[in-house]
Order: sequence, then structure tokens, then C-alpha cells
Amino acid sequence: MGILDLTALELGRKIKAKEISAVEAVQAVLEQTKKAEPAVHAYVSYDEESALKRAEEVQKKIDDGTLTGPLAGVPVAVKDNICTKGYKTTCSSRILENFVPTYAAQAVENLIAAGVVIIGKTNMDEFAMGSTTETSAFGPTKNPWNQEHVPGGSSGGSAAAVAAGECFMALGSDTGGSIRQPSSFCGITGMKPTYGTISRYGLIAYGSSLDQIGPMAKDVSDCAALLEASASYDKKDSTSIERDEYDFTSALVDDVKGMKIGIPKDYFGEGLDPEVREAVMAAARTLEKKGAVVEEFDLGLVDYAIPAYYVIASAEASSNLSRFDGIKYGYRAKGAEGLHDMYKKTRSGGFGPEVKRRIMLGSFVLSSGYYDAYYLKALRTKALIKQEFDKAFASYDLILGPAAPTTAPKLGESLSDPIKMYLGDIYTISANLAGLPGISVPCGKDSKGLPIGLQLLGDCFQEKKLIRAAYAFEQTRTYEAPEIVKGGVQ
Amino acid sequence: MSKQYETVIGLEVHVELATNTKIFCGCSTEFGGAPNTHTCPVCTGMPGSLPVLNKQVVEYAVAVGLATNCSITQNCKFDRKNYFYPDNPQNYQISQLYLPICRDGHVEIETDGGTKSVGIHEIHMEEDAGKLIHDEWEDCSLVDYNRSGVPLIEIVSEPDMRSADEVVAYLEKLRLIIQYLGASDCKLQEGSMRADVNLSVREAGAEEFGTRTEMKNLNSFKAIRRAIEGETDRQIALLEEGREVTQETRRWDDTKEKSYPMRSKEDAQDYRYFPDPDLVPVIISDEWIEQIRDAQPELRDEKRRRYKETYGLPDYDIDIITGSKHLANIFEATIDHGAEAKEVSNWLMGETMRLVNDSEMDLTDISFAPEHLAALIGMVKKNEINRKVAKEVFEKIFKEDVDPKAYVEEHGLKSMNDEGALKETITQIVSGNPKSVEDYKAGKKKAMGFLVGQTMKATQGKADPGVVNKILKEILESL
Repeated sequence: MGILDLTALELGRKIKAKEISAVEAVQAVLEQTKKAEPAVHAYVSYDEESALKRAEEVQKKIDDGTLTGPLAGVPVAVKDNICTKGYKTTCSSRILENFVPTYAAQAVENLIAAGVVIIGKTNMDEFAMGSTTETSAFGPTKNPWNQEHVPGGSSGGSAAAVAAGECFMALGSDTGGSIRQPSSFCGITGMKPTYGTISRYGLIAYGSSLDQIGPMAKDVSDCAALLEASASYDKKDSTSIERDEYDFTSALVDDVKGMKIGIPKDYFGEGLDPEVREAVMAAARTLEKKGAVVEEFDLGLVDYAIPAYYVIASAEASSNLSRFDGIKYGYRAKGAEGLHDMYKKTRSGGFGPEVKRRIMLGSFVLSSGYYDAYYLKALRTKALIKQEFDKAFASYDLILGPAAPTTAPKLGESLSDPIKMYLGDIYTISANLAGLPGISVPCGKDSKGLPIGLQLLGDCFQEKKLIRAAYAFEQTRTYEAPEIVKGGVQ
Repeated sequence: MSKQYETVIGLEVHVELATNTKIFCGCSTEFGGAPNTHTCPVCTGMPGSLPVLNKQVVEYAVAVGLATNCSITQNCKFDRKNYFYPDNPQNYQISQLYLPICRDGHVEIETDGGTKSVGIHEIHMEEDAGKLIHDEWEDCSLVDYNRSGVPLIEIVSEPDMRSADEVVAYLEKLRLIIQYLGASDCKLQEGSMRADVNLSVREAGAEEFGTRTEMKNLNSFKAIRRAIEGETDRQIALLEEGREVTQETRRWDDTKEKSYPMRSKEDAQDYRYFPDPDLVPVIISDEWIEQIRDAQPELRDEKRRRYKETYGLPDYDIDIITGSKHLANIFEATIDHGAEAKEVSNWLMGETMRLVNDSEMDLTDISFAPEHLAALIGMVKKNEINRKVAKEVFEKIFKEDVDPKAYVEEHGLKSMNDEGALKETITQIVSGNPKSVEDYKAGKKKAMGFLVGQTMKATQGKADPGVVNKILKEILESL
């Protein structure tokens, strides 16, 4: 078994036991990255030299006993909308092509303190707007299982990097499903924690009230460990929540006896691929066999989640992205005459079409005369959706469904029909509107050999229930990596 | 002018709060400093940075609200005001539109026309913008974000004022309240208090308001007064010509005493206000409001009462001294150093005010140590220096904050109160001026003045004029 076949926690243990050094782990990952990148393009940038240097430093600290955590020496990738001090953070956009933050996101600080080695910054849909990683200004990421297909998005680079063995685990961000959907498409495990669990300080905002950083990894245990290492109460983020405990790995218990799991009938209607449906229902039966009580129920307002989400997220984005104006940092158009011309040329040239579409949509729904009809109505819908979930969680510990209606589409299929692409977010989006935690775990493959993800949603602060159920389910399967890890690029 | 017109005025007053740090980050609010040295990722709008509310801002805003009889919004929120301008690093200003922290207040003002209540529509909290500096030489503009994120409150009045006098009285009242609370120094010249004037005119007795304009760039009470008078005349002239007033924002040029249009209503931007998702609602409990109320310092009216009771000062003195919290502080501190109240009051109202006016400075800029004034008063009382010398020394204290004892010593200004030595000098002067002695004897009292003057000259002004008079009289009478 090679280094790349290990999970992050297994690697961490071997590094601790001096069976593998942090440098060897990083070298293995870099070698694999060089091999896989031409086909996958998971990274916007990675820095071999600084990763190796960091690995040496970490190894020294492990040797002298200052670093003792389970992730010390583990190579990690970070989505390129999460600030890394002194290292380019682009949001996969021309407008931030050369932006180097002078500060790191709190989540990154926490991981550095835990002793991880950051390999590089992963590709994403521009400003996290998209579901395929095709809106990246630096070219799409490809699915490690089949390079004709997308990896999902917007954290497609992180998902692909984990699946392709270009890192052991990665941070993503999830505004409407951007961790769970690509995890599902790439056959890995990804989790969106309860809003406020991981600090948003240093996460370049898309929709501030929905954005949440989360872990992406090969299995549930790694996800729980990465969540534990990244989460903290942060006074720099007013929406950060001080949680009673951050001990998520203690929930890694193979026991779902008596756990009540609800399956929303509305999640299994029109538009759901039959192969996905079958795999997810099979997973439900597996959990039932392990002692969970599984039943169907009616979850209301499912159809309203997507319109509410696109109004709120776009409105916030239109304001959040207004700071990218060519004045202070990032791209500035040349040859502009006067201030307004400079703004126009910079933003016209710096943003891609999907970002512009959402800025325009957001500006429209906030403009005077439309605010009440769109933005306020969307906020009310959001509150009602939360109430629907409150009702559901009064009866169930968890809600089970697919992470996405289909497996990964082919490159180029989605962007031509943005509305269809938006509808693909139907199962993931409500968790962001209601602030809930959700996890996607692999539960099979379709006839084309593309992974299918099972999604579990929990009530706010019930990550441990999610982790326990996902872990129990995972025990019935073995992790499968795509061919690209084993050698041959397809 | 055939018709009678009435001017209707409402004010939007911005006040920079006296917090040590900015409203949403820990950067210093100190005025000055090299460009962009009081900045961080938050107040320069770096991507990924997040605002965290400074609690002191809420406390000051609530204190001002309570002192102006407002109701406090116990669940208030911040909203984003979206507009593009380089002094605004995020291209939105964090302000309050939907749920401002204070509403429905009023203050009493006094003018020659009597007492009147001016309504306060609302007070909201917001962040200040940076400063643009145009470099003519390089033909480029530079931005300094030191001021970006400095906390402001905006106090919006009802359109209750009818004259420049009322406006000035209202502003003076607000300034005093806020200064007393310690919430701001309220300096118009330095921009820590800024007033925009909304003004319209209508025929006397009309029920409907006329079309209003908003005037900006008013940096002193004098400018505000002139701008109100100028704008009233301009609007009346338009109406008299049968033309209409355009709703617009105008910029007052105080050197030309004219206002110029900045932007019209048609150009008005849609600010796309919406609740800031990066900030949580501010919950202000009853207990918190009570704490703020309890922590309120003595306000002017209480101080007035106390000065009358404790020091028995005349109303005139009390008005002037309590007219500035800073002056009142100096007054009290000087008394604490042992000086007698009426003496201190005289020095503050006389010499201090004269020097303040001469140097066209703000009262809040008075910076001498109260113990120096107390020491000076003590020296006068003990006849160590005479009043003329005392005034000279005071000017030194006022300007350079010198220690009067050391200064008098160093410059040999002590009074010559040694009667023996004085007697000798005066005897010489008397014998050297027989003509004056003759005049005096002939009943010309002016001659006495001349001889005193000669004595003062001979002693370089250090003799106590009272003592000189006494000795001189004795000598003249004995001749």
C-alpha cells in the first residue's frame, strides 16, 4: 500500500510513529500532483518549494514534541477563496489574479497551528458562483473519475484534488451546496457545518449569510478531524458561534440504532436520475438494517428554496463584490479615462459572465421599488423554510436524500442553460438557507462509473449525529479511488 | 418683495464619536498620522475581512439619544448603503436605515424669540469614509483610509427650525450635550461635527412645505448662518420670478458666499440599502440602557445649579463657563488647586476669552494646566506680583503653559513691596519733579498719576501700584 492510499488520519498516525516523514508525504503528493494536474487541473496554484520547506519545519516540531495533533504533517489543499497570508488568493477570477493577502483566514490559521502542510490553492467557480468549476477564469477542473465530466462546484478543485490524490484533505466553502455536490460528483466525503461553526474571517464572501467553510476528505473520519481542526469561535467574525464543544471525532461510532431518519418525498420526484434514486434508497435501507428508523415524510416549500436562494445570494454578492473596483488591489483596466470609465472597464474585463449575471440580478432585487417584492419576500421565504426544517427535526434526527439529482454532467453541458444548472442545487440549497449542517458520503456509482453521493442533513449544531450516521454507513463500504491515483491517467 | 415668506429648515448633523478605536476594527481613530497608517484589512475593505461592532459606539449613541429624549431601538440593525467612490473602500457604507438606534426625540432651544422644541427624527450609527487627496503635480488622486471606519452618529432633525438663529441655537445645544457626555469634541472646523442644511421656503401661513435643497460644506457657525441667509434669498428670488426651486444638493462656498448645485434629484443614486449580513442585530437590554443612564456625567443644567449653590457665581459667569465643558473642567480643576471661585471665573471670562478670541481658536483647544492658573491667582493674592505683571504671566501660561512661580523668579517680576526701598525711590522722584509737587499742592490730582507712573517706570513695573500710591501720598502730604 502506497502513501497515497492512506487516509489523512492514517498518514498522521504513521508520521507520528516515524514510519513516514512529513517531507515524504508531501513529496508523494507533489509527485502525484505533477502527474495528475495536466488532466485534472485541480489547483489554481501550488508551490512545491514552500510546501517542502514547511514539511521540514513541521517535521522538526513533531520531532521536538511541539506538534502532537492527528493532522501534523498532513498535506492539505485550500480553496482559492480562502485567504492564505503571503500566498495568492484569486477566487479563480481575473480581477484577483495577482492578489496576495496580508492575512490568513482564521480556518487556515487553525490548520497551520494543527501542523498541516498547505500544498496549494484549489480551482473553483469564479467567486464560488457555479456548480461545475467551469466558470473559473483559469480553465475548468476535470473530474478525476472521467475527464470528460465536470467535478461539480464550486469547490470542484478541492474535491478533485482529494479524489486524485493531490492532497489528503481540503477546505472548501459551501454557499448553496458547493462542498456537498462536488464531493458527491468526485466520490469523496464533504461536510457543510452549521452556519457560524468555522470562522468566515478570511473567506472571500459570496453570500455572507449563507457561506460556510467546511472539510472535504476521503472519508468521514478525516472530515470530522478536519472540521475539529478548522472550527473555532472567532471574535473577528460577528456571525461566529461559540459552541459548547468542538470534539467532533468522538462521534465516529458505528451505531445508528434507534436513530430516526426522515426521507422527504419531495426529494424523489421529477428530475431525479433513476440510478441516483436507487443508490440513495439502497443507502437508506442499509441504515435501516443497522437499526435506524427510516420513514418518508412531507417536507414543505422545497420548490421555493432555489428562487429564495438566488435572490438572497445574488443580492449579497452584488454588494460583497463591489469592492473589486481596481482602486486598491487586483486587476485594473488600462487606458481608462476618468474614474467611472476605470470602474466600468475594470469590472467588465475582470469578472466573467456568471459573476456579472449574479451581480446584475442582485443589484436588481435590491433596487428601490423591487426590494420588497424580491429581497424581503426571499428573506421571509428563508424564515419559512427554516420553520419547515424545525418541524421535521422535531420528528427526525436526520434527513436523508441525494446530494444532487444526477451524477457529474459532461463539460460544457451546464453553462448553456444556467436555469437548469441552478435547479441542480435543489437538494443542497435549503441547508444553507436554514443554516443546517449537511454531509455528502459516497454511496455508489452509476452505469458510467461516476460516483453518487448520499446526503444527510441535521438540525443546527447536530454535526455529531451526522458524523455518527455517515460513519456507520461508511463501515458498510470501502473507499474507492479513481484510476488516476493508481497510475494511469485515463 | 410683495409676499411674506417663511424659511423651513431641518438639519442632518454628523458627529464623530470620541472612541479610541474605529467602529468595526481595532485601528486608532487619532486625527492626523501619516496616510494609511491607522488602517487594517477591515477598514481598507480587503477581501475576506469582516466588521465587528465597537460597543462604545453603541453606548455613546444611546447616551446622546437619552440626552435628547429619544426612544432607544432595543433591537437595531446595520444596513449597507451601496455606492461606488474610492474613499469608500468596500464601495458600501455600513449605516442604519431600517432600524436606527434612536428615534423620536427633541431638544429645547432658546433664542431671542423665546423657547422652542426642535424634534429629532432619528439618530443612526455609521462609519466615516477615507479622504481623497488630489495631487495636481502628478495629476493623480491618492486615498488615505485613516479616517475610514471612524465612528459617526448622524442626528436627523425634524423640519422644525425657521431661522438661522434657531439653527445655530440648535447646533449649540447639540454640541453642548454631546461635549458634556464626552461623546465627541464637536469641532466644526476639524470636521468632528458636520451639518447639512435642508431648507425650503413657503409663503407665510402655507400648510405645505416648499421644495427643499440640501446644502453641504458648512464648516463654521458663521458659514451656516450665511448659507441659510443666502439660500433663503436665492429660493425667494426664484419664486418671485415665478420659477421653481429644484430639489437638489448644493455646495456652499463660504469665500464666495454662494452655493452651487452638486447633484439634482434625478441624479440621486439608488443606494440599494439592505441589512448587512456580516453583522448581527444589536440587542440593547433595559439593564444596559440603565447602566448608560447611570454612567452619564453631570450635564449642563445640573452644573449650572451646582455652581450657583456651591460657588454663588453670578448667572452671567455661570452661562459662559458652563457654555463649554472644557472651560468648566478647567474652572473646577483650578478651584481644586486652591483658587477662589470668583477669581478663577474672572480669569477665564476676561483674559482667557480675550486670548482665545485673539488667536481664533476653539475653546476646547485651551491646554494650560489649571494648577498654573491657581498658582498665579495665589501669587496675586499674596501681592507677590501685581495685576499688570499677572496678566503678562498669564499670557505665557496660556500660550506656553509656563510655571508662573519659576517664570516670575527667572524674569525678576516679583513686586517690589519692600516699603523702605520704595520710599527711597519715591523720595528721589519727588525731589526730581518739583513742578509736579507744586501742581499737586495746587490741587491738580493728575500730578499724582504722573508721579506714580514715574515710580513704576523706575521699578520696571514691579512695584505694587497700591503701595506706591500709599507711600507717595504720605510723602507729598508731609511736604
